[in-house]
Parts: sequence; C-alpha cells; structure tokens
Amino acid sequence: MTEAGVTARENAGVADTGDDVVVLTLTLGDQLCGVPVLGVRDVLAGQAIARIPLAPVEVAGNLNLRGRIVTAIDLRERLRLPPRAAGAPSMSIVTEQGSELYALLVDHVSEVVTLRRHAMEPNPPTLPAIWTDHSQGIYRTDQSLLVVLDVERLLQIDVAAAA
Amino acid sequence: MDDLLAEFLTETNESLAELDLALVKLERAPDDQATLGLIFRLVHTIKGTCGFLGLPRLEHVAHAAENVLGRVRDRELAATPPVISAVLAALDRIKLIVAGLAAAGAEPGGDDSGVITALERVASGDAPEAAPALESETVESAAAEPQAAEAVMNVQSIRVAVDVLEELMTLVGELVLTRNQLLQISRAEGTSAFSAPLQRLSHITTDLQEGVMKTRMQPIGNAWNKLPRLVRDLAHETGKKIALDMHGQETELDRQVLELMRDPLTHMVRNSADHGLEGPEARRAAGKPELGRIRLNAYHEGGHIIIEVADDGRGLDAEKIREKVLSKGLATEAELAAMSEAQIRAFIFRPGFSTAAAVTAISGRGVGMDVVRSNIERIGGTVELASTLGAGTCFTIKIPLTLAIVSALIVRSRGERFAIPQISVLELVRVGGGAGAGTSMAIETIGHTPVLRLRDQLLPLVTLGDLLQLNETDAVSSNATVVVTAVGSGMLGIVVDDVYDTEEIVVKPVAPILRHVTMFSGNTILGDGSVIMILDPNGVARSAGISTSRSQRNEADASLKAERSGDGMSLLLFRAGGDGAPRAVPLGLVARLEDIGRDKIERTAGGFVTQYRGKLMPLISMDDAASASGATQPILVFAEGERCMGLMVDEIVDVVHDKLTMQLGSGSNGLLGTAVIAGQATDVLDTGYWLTRAWQDWFGGAVSAASRRQRLLVVEDSDFFRQMLVPTLAAAGYDVTAAGSGAEALRLRDGGLIVDAIVSDIEMPDMDGLEFARHVREGGAWAALPMIALTGRGAPADEVRGREAGFTDYCQKFERDGLLASLRHCLTEQVLA
Repeated sequence: MTEAGVTARENAGVADTGDDVVVLTLTLGDQLCGVPVLGVRDVLAGQAIARIPLAPVEVAGNLNLRGRIVTAIDLRERLRLPPRAAGAPSMSIVTEQGSELYALLVDHVSEVVTLRRHAMEPNPPTLPAIWTDHSQGIYRTDQSLLVVLDVERLLQIDVAAAA
Repeated sequence: MDDLLAEFLTETNESLAELDLALVKLERAPDDQATLGLIFRLVHTIKGTCGFLGLPRLEHVAHAAENVLGRVRDRELAATPPVISAVLAALDRIKLIVAGLAAAGAEPGGDDSGVITALERVASGDAPEAAPALESETVESAAAEPQAAEAVMNVQSIRVAVDVLEELMTLVGELVLTRNQLLQISRAEGTSAFSAPLQRLSHITTDLQEGVMKTRMQPIGNAWNKLPRLVRDLAHETGKKIALDMHGQETELDRQVLELMRDPLTHMVRNSADHGLEGPEARRAAGKPELGRIRLNAYHEGGHIIIEVADDGRGLDAEKIREKVLSKGLATEAELAAMSEAQIRAFIFRPGFSTAAAVTAISGRGVGMDVVRSNIERIGGTVELASTLGAGTCFTIKIPLTLAIVSALIVRSRGERFAIPQISVLELVRVGGGAGAGTSMAIETIGHTPVLRLRDQLLPLVTLGDLLQLNETDAVSSNATVVVTAVGSGMLGIVVDDVYDTEEIVVKPVAPILRHVTMFSGNTILGDGSVIMILDPNGVARSAGISTSRSQRNEADASLKAERSGDGMSLLLFRAGGDGAPRAVPLGLVARLEDIGRDKIERTAGGFVTQYRGKLMPLISMDDAASASGATQPILVFAEGERCMGLMVDEIVDVVHDKLTMQLGSGSNGLLGTAVIAGQATDVLDTGYWLTRAWQDWFGGAVSAASRRQRLLVVEDSDFFRQMLVPTLAAAGYDVTAAGSGAEALRLRDGGLIVDAIVSDIEMPDMDGLEFARHVREGGAWAALPMIALTGRGAPADEVRGREAGFTDYCQKFERDGLLASLRHCLTEQVLA
C-alpha cells in the first residue's frame, strides 16, 4: 500500500539561464563528465551499499538515504568501463526519476561549473555508441573535454538483456 | 436519519454515478463483458440492499433492471440502444426515489409500473417502441432531483484523502527507522548528553506511529453493524429462525482492508442465511434446534486477521454441486470423478455458479462467492471452506492486518540477510548438514534434488544461496535451517544458513529495474540502517520450477487435473530405462499413477501384462526388461476409451510446472527430444510411440505412421483448456500449435503458419470466436480451412450463429471423443473435396 510517496523538495537555487548549462562535474576513470545540477538531490560519499542478488550487473545495490531506499547504479558498469579497483573510494550522486531515487556511482565528484552553450561540440562520429547514447553533448573546458551525461537514458536499463 | 440508511444513500449515489458511465460505455461496446459484469453487480447490490432496508419501490425497479441485465449478460439479449435506454430510465427513476429518500427519510410515494412494464417488455425481447415513451416519462421528474441529492451529504466526520494518510504513514515509517538508527548509535556510545532527549524522542515517535496507525485502523465491528438487521429481515422473509452471534468485533484492522471486506462479509452472511440454514421444520426433522445460528468470529493471528463465518445449517452437498458443475459444463464427469469432496465444494467460488435452485430476491444469481473470493484475494487474503453435510459450513478468511507494515523473519544466507514475511512461514526446522548429524533431521537427496522428510511428508527444498546465485563467501556452516513456507496450497522448504529473529518491517516497493526479479516482493530498512530484500515465497517457488497452484504433498494428487497457473504445463518427472536420467511426460496425458505388486505382473508371448480393473492391461517397459528391485512396480497408466496401457518406470520423481521447450531433437524412438525442465536436461517421452507399441491401432488408423501428421491450430484463451487440449490432440496424432487469442492466431497466419484445421473457443475476451471466424473467412491463407468451434454451451441458436460466422462444426468443450470425431470427419472431407 505504501507507494513511497514523494515530497517534491526544492532544489538548490541554481538554475539554467538561457545560454548556460550548470553541471556537477565528476570523473569516471580519466574521463571528466557532468550531470545537470538541477536533477541532483544529494551527493554522498562512503555509503554502505547492500548488494542485490540477481540484479542486472549495472545495479550496484541498495543504499539507505535518510530512510529512503535508493537504487545504486554503477556508472562504470553502465558505460562499460573497466571496474573500479577493489577498495578504491567512490561517491554517489542521488537523482530522482519517476518518484524513485537512484544513486549514480562515480569515482569522484568535483564541483559545480557553468558551461556556455556555444562551447558545445557535437559527438565525434567515432565515439562508441555506449557514450553517444548517453551523452547530451560535449563541452570544451580549459583543461579537457567534458561529457554531459543524459541521466534519464542512463537509468533506462534494458532488463531483458541483463536478466 | 438511520445510520444504515445514510450509508446506503452514500453508497448508492456512488454506484449510480459509476453505473451511468458504465452503461454509456456498454452502449458503445456491447460485447464488453467486464463492463457488463460490473453493471450487473452494481445493480444487484443496490437491489439486494434495498430489500433489507425495506424499500419496496427501489427494490422493484432495481429487480426489473437486473432481469434485463441478466439476460444481456447471458447473451440472450443484445445491449442495443433501446435496451440501454430502458435501463438508464430505470436508473433515473432510482435516483429520483433515492433523492426523495434522502430528503424525507422514507421512500416517496409514486407509481413505477410504467418503468417496470417497459423493462419487462425489453426483457421479453420486444424492445424498440419501449424507449421513447420512457424518456418522456422521466424528463419531467428529473428537475426535482439535484437539490434533493445534496441533502444526502450530512457529514459527521472529516473525510481525509487516503493519499494524505499514506503520506503520513510513509513519513512515520521513515521516522521510526531513523529513531532506530539513533538508538543503535546511542547504545554503542554509552551515556551521553543526548541520551535523555533521545529517549523522549523515541517515546514520542512510538506514540506518533501508533496514532497514525490508529487513523487507519478500525474495529471490524464497523463492517458488521448492519448485519444483525440484515439477518433479522432475512429471517422474516424466509420464515427461518436465525440467531447471529458475533465475537471479536473489537478486532482492529486497516481501514482499507476493512472497506474491501465489507461486501464479501455481507454476501457470505446472506448466503449462510439463505442457503446454509434450513427452515424450522427441516431443522426439527434433522434433530437440531429450530433456531439456526450464524457465527461470526474475528481474531488476530500472527500479523493477520482470521474471520470465520460459520453456520450450523445443512452443509454443502457435494453431490448437488457435482450435478450443478456438470449441468453448467464447468468440468467433465471424468474430472469430477478424480476430485475430492473438498475440491468439488470449491466450485462454489467459480464465476457463474450458484446452488440456489430458484432465483430469489436474496441471492442465487451467480454473483456472490466468486466476487467474494476475488475481493479477498485482491488484498492478499485467502478464503477456505470446511463443510460437513448436515452439520454446517464454515468459511475461514485470512487477511493481512495492514498492507504496509508486516512482521518478517530475518534470515541469513551466505552472508546476506533477507526478510521472509511471517504470514507465509509455517515452521522452522534445524537440520544437521551432511554427515555426522546424529539426532537432528537431515536433508536427503533424490538424484540431485534435496528433500526433507518432515513428519510424513516429503518437503521439496530449495537452497536460497544457490537460487540467488550468491557466492560462497564464508565457510559453509555445518548446520542449516529450513524455513517451511506455505506456497499456494502446498509447502516449500527454503534452506538458509541462519535465522535471526522477527522484526516489524515497513514494506517498500522495489525499483522498477528490479521488478523482473520476481523472487522479491519488496525491500526494507532494518533497525541498524541496512537495506535488505523481502523474499516472496511464491516467487521463490516459481523460480525453483514448482507450481504454486497445487499441492505438492502427495504424489497421488498427480493424477488429478493440473490447474491453471500461468504459462507452461504440468509435467510428470520420472526415471525409467535403468539409466537414472530424468524423463518427462505432460501430466495431462497420464490417466493414473499406480503401484502394482510385482507378483501381479505376468509374462505372455506379447510381453508383460497385468490384470487391471478386471481387464488385461499391456505393460511396456522402456528397456524391454522388467526392473527387478522392490516389491512393487510403479506404472504410468495411459487410457483412452476402453483401452489402457501401463508404462513401467523405475521411479516417479515429481510433478513440476514448466514451459516445455524442446531444445534437442531425439534420434531414438520413443523420445521426442530433450528439454530443460526444472533446470535439468530431461528427455521428453513420445507417448504416441509407446501407445502404438501396446496397441498397434491405438490411433484407430486416423493417422497411419507413414502419412504426414496433420497440423492443427488451437485458439483458446484459457490456459487451463489450452493445456488440456494440446496434449489431447497431440496424443491423437496431430501437430498442434496453440494461440491464446484470435488476434494472436491471425498474427500467426500473417506470419505464414500453415495448418490443416482450426479449433477455436467461442467465448474469448477482445475478439470472440465468431469474430475470429469471420476474420479467417474474409480471406488469406486459411480462408477455406475447416474450423471447429468449441463451446461450453450447446444451444441450437448458438450453433446457427457459429455456422453463419463460418465454423464448419460445433463441439462441446469437454467432449474429447466428439472433437476427435469431428476433426477426423472434417479433415477427411477436405481431402476428398
């Protein structure tokens, strides 16, 4: 009976203005990525994740965020990157979709940056499909290229293929 | 105003609003059985309630409307606009009376004979001229209605949306979990400045939790309060003497559960009074006191509520039910012969079944026990029936206390913890692992299948760690615990490493991406903050390849009809031929399982025979030698008409429910091929081969060995009949393809499937058999094929309609011989043509 009722909570006062995209940057291996900051509810570090038997490989497990159960998705598995070294630290970005909470497991979360929309580049054609499928665009920054991830599509896990 | 009346008005107004919508929907889609069923039930309920409240005007109008709807439901009358108009006019009249009732507290005076006559005319079939007259009649009175209806809503308490309560419940659940975490930390830290405030916080949280729970809990007496009056009125109406004893009114349960239980309980009490109890003379004659008793009892039992509705009446007569089942075509004589009395009695829960010989105003229209059961099952409850002829009937309903918080057993398997809902746990058995277990019970294996001999039963076991593919992390403990769970009507033992204790857990649904793992019914957070999965024993049983719909307790049960349960079919697993490899045969093909004494097996020139039921039955062995061990020989009996044969096997292993997908063809005679059944490669028996070994002409020459097997398409929506038909037809030598609906069949046609004949059910949802036949005849590859209709009813009018739609022949659903004869006839005719 308890369909986890969700209270719409106010997001932080950061917003996209017409030309700019505000993203939270993160790293996966050597790659700098970003997720739109508006969709981020929490950033967690050092959470205990309970593994779920028979779950798709991308699903790292469940974690308890202040009494709510959050499904953790390992972005390394999701993007077919080599697994994290055993014992290496990880952080998670909590996001909400369809009144369910998900935690995106990444190596490290850095900062909130504003990207100019005109600095966006199209996906290079040689980029593997797994990246182009989940990218909203690639931005040039001072140091390196940053891939803005499409969170909604990252969370669409093909259950049939995984099962 | 009387509470009872106020409640009736609220309910009736809701029903009427729903009815308006549903009727308009029905007019647009006259074949929509679901809508029709809904309308019929709503009108039936209104009529029933009016009868008890002493509202004759309403009752008469509703009764007339119900008669019309009953005929529409039985397809004796089409839901044409005039028919719908007449029913709508009756509803308008009901609304008018209800409005008057709300204003004055009594039925207003007036004459309804116009409406009723119009309905009767529609019911008898001459509809057209009825409608216009009605409309004009009701228009002038409609104006008075709106203001009067407002008066109904004299509210006594605040109505709070269920959503708000749900939200509160969720928040409290979270608060409780957080509190538990804080307490755990505080215990670890010893005394600190936080201890005292934390203690207070804890108390307040507990009170708050109870408070919120209380907003949803109501004593079950609330659902019973109109029953005494109902029983009193019933007693008057039927001339019986009835006493209603109620126990445990104060038993509280969740409001939502209570609401859903109200109607089923009313129905059941009504049934007990009307059908269950005898009249005073009959009771005297039976040596019972004149006063019949109906006893209602409610009590808590481990996280759920048991409600008993018992009477000391005549009891359910299994023989009468049997006749009724036969006359209604719900089962065949042969099926019934194999059933126990309890199974036959369970037919009263089937849709369309009603034991009252006459349709009375009280009950007996076949809405009732099926609705009761579906309502109870919708909230995760079960209903059981016990009856002794002449001594009474007792229904036992078991429902969860609340749907949000359950008591669960926390278990550990290979380092991971899981919760198993207490409601399905029957007992815990400690077993010594492997060797060296002295006194405790031990797990035994049949082949590689672990079982536990628990008292006199063989309990199938699954090892949780294996099923969930958990890694062997720590050393396997030498002890294990078997959690004996109730699955469907059988039992399953789940082997775990350790059992902790029980905990009240807040059930949270699993994330959508995990829904495909049906072994979990949800997840929860424990007091220490960790997240664990809640196991669904039924899901576990399904994953382990065990059918949950029927008992696994007794192998003799295996000869009974398998019940419908999702995809796949019931397969009998056995070993034969001395090599110990598992073999399977569809259970539907096996007539009986027998164990015959080895001394009863005789050798003749033609092979082994035994005397079976007064005749000689040939016995066939898969390896041409009678296996020597043991005093008895297990055999599978295949029967058809007068003839039967026995297949000697080494051992009957199990009955499993699984999909039969042949993965490897077979080179050897007598085996169809190999399929994975219950996770094991299993040879599937080619029954046809063995039958012809016993009787060369088993198939009566219908298919000579050389000729191509003729291909059939079976279109049947019910899993049960499909499962019954496919093996039957396959055994008769046809290649059978099955489709679950007309649409699916047409897709197969468009996909290029070639068949020689089509056998189709008539009554199917969405596209019925007649429509399907018309589609087939319209053109395409199948346009000229013989089509045989299967129907539960054999009215000549139906047959004419069937033939008009394009069916070649019409067969009774349960007449196997008739169907086979018709197929032979149709197919030979086609060859000759």
